[in-house]
Amino acid sequence: MKQILKSCTALTLSIAFCTQVMAQEALKELGKGEGELSIVAWAGYIERGDTDKNYDWVTGFEKETGCKVSVKTAATSDEMVALMNEGGFDLVTASGDASLRLVAGKRVQPINTDLIPSWKTVDKRLQDAPWYTVKGVHYGVPYVWGPNVLMYNTDVFKGKPPKSWNVVFEEMNLPDGKSNKGRVQAYDGPIHIADAANYLMFHKPELGIKSPYELNEDQYKAALDLLRVQRKLAGRYWHDAMIQVDDFKNEGVVASGSWPFQVNLLKSEKQPVASEFPEEGTTGWADTTMLHTESAHPNCAYMWMEHSLSAKVQGDVSAWFGANPSVAAACKGNELLTDEGCATNGYNDFDKIKFWRTPVAKCESQSECVPYHRWVSDYIGVIGGR
Amino acid sequence: MSAITGEQAILIEKPGLAGRISDFFWKHPHVFLAVMLAPPLLWLGIIYLGSLLALLLQSFFSIDDYSGLVNYEFTLSTYGQLLNEANLDIIIRTVSMAAIVTLFSALIAFPIAYYAARYARGKWKAIFYLGVMLPLWSSYLVKIYAWKLILAKEGILTWFLAKLNLLWLLDAWLSIPVIGGNSLSVSYTGTFIVFVYVWMPFMILPIQASLERVPANLIEASSDLGSTPQQTFRHVLFPLALPGIVAGSIFTFSLTLGDYIIPQIIGSSRLFIGQAVYAQQGTAGNIPLAAAFTVVPIVIMGLYLWMARKMGAFDAL
Repeated sequence: MKQILKSCTALTLSIAFCTQVMAQEALKELGKGEGELSIVAWAGYIERGDTDKNYDWVTGFEKETGCKVSVKTAATSDEMVALMNEGGFDLVTASGDASLRLVAGKRVQPINTDLIPSWKTVDKRLQDAPWYTVKGVHYGVPYVWGPNVLMYNTDVFKGKPPKSWNVVFEEMNLPDGKSNKGRVQAYDGPIHIADAANYLMFHKPELGIKSPYELNEDQYKAALDLLRVQRKLAGRYWHDAMIQVDDFKNEGVVASGSWPFQVNLLKSEKQPVASEFPEEGTTGWADTTMLHTESAHPNCAYMWMEHSLSAKVQGDVSAWFGANPSVAAACKGNELLTDEGCATNGYNDFDKIKFWRTPVAKCESQSECVPYHRWVSDYIGVIGGR
Repeated sequence: MSAITGEQAILIEKPGLAGRISDFFWKHPHVFLAVMLAPPLLWLGIIYLGSLLALLLQSFFSIDDYSGLVNYEFTLSTYGQLLNEANLDIIIRTVSMAAIVTLFSALIAFPIAYYAARYARGKWKAIFYLGVMLPLWSSYLVKIYAWKLILAKEGILTWFLAKLNLLWLLDAWLSIPVIGGNSLSVSYTGTFIVFVYVWMPFMILPIQASLERVPANLIEASSDLGSTPQQTFRHVLFPLALPGIVAGSIFTFSLTLGDYIIPQIIGSSRLFIGQAVYAQQGTAGNIPLAAAFTVVPIVIMGLYLWMARKMGAFDAL
């Protein structure tokens, strides 16, 4: 009996070690495709021409590789982390506030960039970006990136685009003479605290905020106070991109932080909206295609990563989502994005964007910062009116 | 001797495996019962109650403030966190909403159920059932999104009230603190209307069932003895229908307590218990607090069911 127990323990241990070794090591060489691939993605990231047949970067890939793609869309970074923790998916298009959490939780595996020929074409600004590179190891390949812009109603602002985020943070009269109370929105995710911090960074330099994702107690408190003012102005917080689109159409919302995706969608429906890159700079997202540790279809996943970096796909996604490509070549000669597309979406403003990161207690810019799970509970409190 | 007659009295064993199994079960009815009941009982015991217990167990752990990892040591501090102002708000908000929704559902459902039980006959009865059940056939999400459009600031309801020159009424209502807001679809009033709409069938049907069982001659006897309609209602009809009302209220109350989709789409973004559970376990990775939040509706419903049983609600199900 003892013998069996011992060997069982040994076996369990060796299995534990084996999986650990597997988790740390990237794929050495590519094999044949497994015929299937499942991706967790933001809405609008993986299009197969269902909404508009010009926007299709899946069908061709499926034909070429035989990998049948299935997509699970997620509305927030936190949903993505939850889905990846659940498992059963191969790839995820994780933003910077999710990617490091996934790496720390050993949910994603290192990528062997030698197996991805297009890796060389990736924008130099992104190649070793800290949101997916840990100690020199790459945990994924960049997909697309973009700013969180300020979307506004052009009828209400009458040719005077809002130059500052103050329209969503402080009570004021808009150019149409009415108050902004009840007519602005904010993002329903704790990461929105960073937008408040970004605003304070510009308007209250005495707080000494160096990064909106690294806040000490005082800076954090100031950001929450600002958000409490915003709570009085915002009727609803947006969670789902389509609900925000609906709110701009039917709910009388005239200004909100938003993604270029919603701006483009509303413009395509001839709604009077436009977006602005306010003086405070913006927060933004830079998404990475990451591979699950227990992926069942790693070969198909590598093929997709290669496919996702082609100039054509990068250009098409950027055009559809209002994002910026991670491959410079995509900015030229793409029919859907057009040659001005990159500039419109903020390709040259890379340095002004503070990309989403997960707030951690051990931060770089100061001795101790408020960690993310407190952002979560306090943001719930702020929305609840506390 | 007796053995031989015994053998003759018993039918010859059926050939084949199926036949033998059938004979075996016939001879051992208890085994048959056990085999039939085992799968559902195992399901209930392991998959349902087991996972529930595992969840409840989580609520006695805590999350480490520094690393954000779960600390597997027994503690009641997670329950202590439920008493934070923000969390207590969520609980109070959800329970009051559930209570008000239940009350109004009962008020609206009673006359409808009364009409259906007492007066509707033949074709009208069929139409009644169809009318009550029909909303249940379409997707829950579709109904909620439809309501979002109806209640929106630039939606149908506002348009309709504008045509009737009644916008001042809507504005007056929306200017009331707490229940008001920028528009119906971003106020508690909107959330309330949709909750009442969605759970209404669950209130009407049990009340109707209990009213059907009230003998008509009792009502007649009551008025023969000189009581006013109000007295008849208070002393005869209402007490007899009460089990049905309580049964219906179990549904509306518990469904409102647990729902997390309606308040997300319609309302002011302030969290309800279901959303808090979702946010804590999905967003924050704070499973202990999510589990502690889950215990709240379980305890409330436990008390509620205990009271409902005392009022005889389960006789009307």
